[in-house]
Amino acid sequence: MSDASSATTPVLEARGLVKRFGRVTALGGADLELYPGEVLAVIGDNGAGKSSLIKCLSGAMEPDEGEMYLNGERVTFKGPPDAQAVGIETVYQTLAVAPALDIAENMFLGRERRVAGPLGSIFRKVDKRGMRRQAKEALDELGIGTLQDITQAVETLSGGQRQAVAVARAAAFGSKVVILDEPTAALGVKESGQVLQLIGDLRERGLPVILISHNMPHVFEVADRIHIQRLGRRATVVTPESHTMAEAVAIMTGAAAA
Amino acid sequence: MTSATPVDDATGLLSQSRTPLDQLQHALHKYPVLSPALVLIVSGLVFTMLGDGRFHQPSTIGIMLQQTAVLATLAIGQTLIILTAGIDLSVGTAMILVHLVIARMVAFGATVPIAGWVIDPIHPVFGLLLGVLLGLFLGAIHGGLVTRFGLPPFIVTLGTFYVYQSLGNVYSKAQTTSKEALGDNGETRDVAEGLLLVLGRGISIGTMRITVGVLLALAMYVVFAYILSSTAWGRHIYATGDDAEAARLAGINTRGVLISVYMVAGLIYAIGGWVQLGRSLSASSNAATDINLETITAVVIGGTSLFGGRGRLVGTLIGAMIVTMFDTGLSLAGVDAFYKNLAIGLLILFAVALDTWIRKVGK
Repeated sequence: MSDASSATTPVLEARGLVKRFGRVTALGGADLELYPGEVLAVIGDNGAGKSSLIKCLSGAMEPDEGEMYLNGERVTFKGPPDAQAVGIETVYQTLAVAPALDIAENMFLGRERRVAGPLGSIFRKVDKRGMRRQAKEALDELGIGTLQDITQAVETLSGGQRQAVAVARAAAFGSKVVILDEPTAALGVKESGQVLQLIGDLRERGLPVILISHNMPHVFEVADRIHIQRLGRRATVVTPESHTMAEAVAIMTGAAAA
Repeated sequence: MTSATPVDDATGLLSQSRTPLDQLQHALHKYPVLSPALVLIVSGLVFTMLGDGRFHQPSTIGIMLQQTAVLATLAIGQTLIILTAGIDLSVGTAMILVHLVIARMVAFGATVPIAGWVIDPIHPVFGLLLGVLLGLFLGAIHGGLVTRFGLPPFIVTLGTFYVYQSLGNVYSKAQTTSKEALGDNGETRDVAEGLLLVLGRGISIGTMRITVGVLLALAMYVVFAYILSSTAWGRHIYATGDDAEAARLAGINTRGVLISVYMVAGLIYAIGGWVQLGRSLSASSNAATDINLETITAVVIGGTSLFGGRGRLVGTLIGAMIVTMFDTGLSLAGVDAFYKNLAIGLLILFAVALDTWIRKVGK
C-alpha cells in the first residue's frame, strides 16, 4: 500500500488469519487494515472468505492462526461479547435482531441496564424507561427518529427500518469500529439509500466502518478504500478513484492481476 | 446530512386504512392474552347456563382451583421452555418421579441395590431438598442434551418421558404411599405431616376452600411473570426463543439461557410434586397421567407461540384454568366425558391457527 494513511496506526488490523473447516480453507492468511475515520469496503466473490474474515473480526468465529490488533494492541475474541467489550460492533447479514422484541429491547439486547437501588441489585429489575429514552436518543441522533413508537415490535418494521435499528445499535455502542455485513442485500432501492446515508453519518462522526457488500455501485458510492478478497486472502486494496468498477470486479474474479 | 431522509413508511404502516380484521390482528398481536381471556369468560358463562347450577357454586370453584394448582405450577416450567422454542413432554412424569422419591424417602428410606446399604427414613425437610436436587438434575440432563449434543427437545423429553414413567413404576412398585405413611401415624412423623402435606391445608371462605397449594401456585405466577418481563434473564429467554442466532450474535450466552431454563423447569418439577402431595395426600406413580400434554395445552391455549419468543405467563394461567373448566364444566353439564377431549382438541387447533395468523402481522 502506498497511500498516506499507511503512516498512522490502523484502528483495526488483522495479520495472517487462517480458518479451516475440515479440508476447506476459508481463510488462508488474510490481512486487513482499517484506518481512523475511513469507510473500508470488503468485496470478494462467493467463497473468497469475506464472511469468515468478518466473523473473526467481530468475535463470532475464532481464527485457527493469525493475530488481530486494535489500535496496535493485540486482541483475541472468544465470542461476540469480547469484541463488543473493546468497542467493535457488527451488523450481521442475517439482521441480528429479535423480531418479537421491541426497538428499545433490541438496541439493548445482551447489555440491559438495571434500575438503581435494591430494586436493580437484588430484584434484577431492568431499567425499561431509561433504555427506551436512550434508544430514542440514539435513533434521533442518526436522523431516524421517524420510528415513532420505540415500544413497537421490530417485526412490524420494514426491512430498511430494521436495518436502521441494527445500525443504530452498532453506532450507539461501537466506540471504535462498526462492521456492516451486506447491510443493503435485502433492501429496496430507497431503503438502501437510507442505509448508505447512515454509513456516511457514521463516518462524519469519526467512526471507522468496515462495509462488506456485493453491490459495486454501493461500494463505490461510500467507500474510501476497497479491500478485495480473493481465495481466502487479500488480493489488493484499491480506491474508487484508482480503479473502475469493472477493474475491481476483474481483480475480484481473477480475470485481472491485482 | 444532519437530518437524514425520513424512513417514510414508518408512519405509512400505521396510517394505512385498516379493515376491522386487520385491527383485530394487531390488537391480538399487541395483547396476546386477549383471546384466552375471552375464551375463559365465554366458556365460564356457557357452563354456568348449561349445568344444573353447581358449576358456579363457590365450592366447585374452590375444587377447580385445587385441580388447577398442580397443572398451573408445572405449566410455568413448560412456558419458559416453549418460549425458548423448546418443549418438555416429560414434565408430568418427571414431577411424579420426584414426588415419589420425596414421599418414599421420607416414609420408608431406601435400600441401595447391590451394595445393600440401608438408608433410614429422612426428615421431610431433607426429603424436599432431595426433591429439589433431583429436579435440578433432571433439568440439567434435558438442558445438557439439548445444548451440548444439539438434540431436539421434543426427542429428548419424549425419551425421558418413558424413562421417568418406568423408573417411577419400578421404584414405587406401582404402590401408593398412603397419607398415613406420609404423616399422621406416630409422634415422630408430625413434622412430616406439617411439611409434605401442608400444601393440602387451607382456609374455607364460605363453601369455597382455598388451599396453600393454590396460593403457592399463584405466588409463583407473580414471581415468574416479573422475572420474564422485568429481568435481563427473562428478556434473554424471549430473545433466544425468537431467534437464537441473533441472540447469540447480540452477545447473549444462549446455551447458558437454555440450560438455566431447563434447570428452573426442573426446580418446578419438585415444587409441582410438593403441590401434588398436598393435593392427593398420597404419592402414586399413577397420579396425574394426563398432565404432560395438559401443560402444553395450557401454554398453547394461553397464547404462547410454539415457535418460541412470544407469549405471556398470565396466558398460561388462564389456559390452565380453561383446561380444568372444560373438564369440570362438561361433566357437570352431563356431557359424555368422551367429548371433553374433542372440545380441548378443537380449542388447541383454534389457538395454534390464531397464533399463526397473529404472527403474520407486518409481513
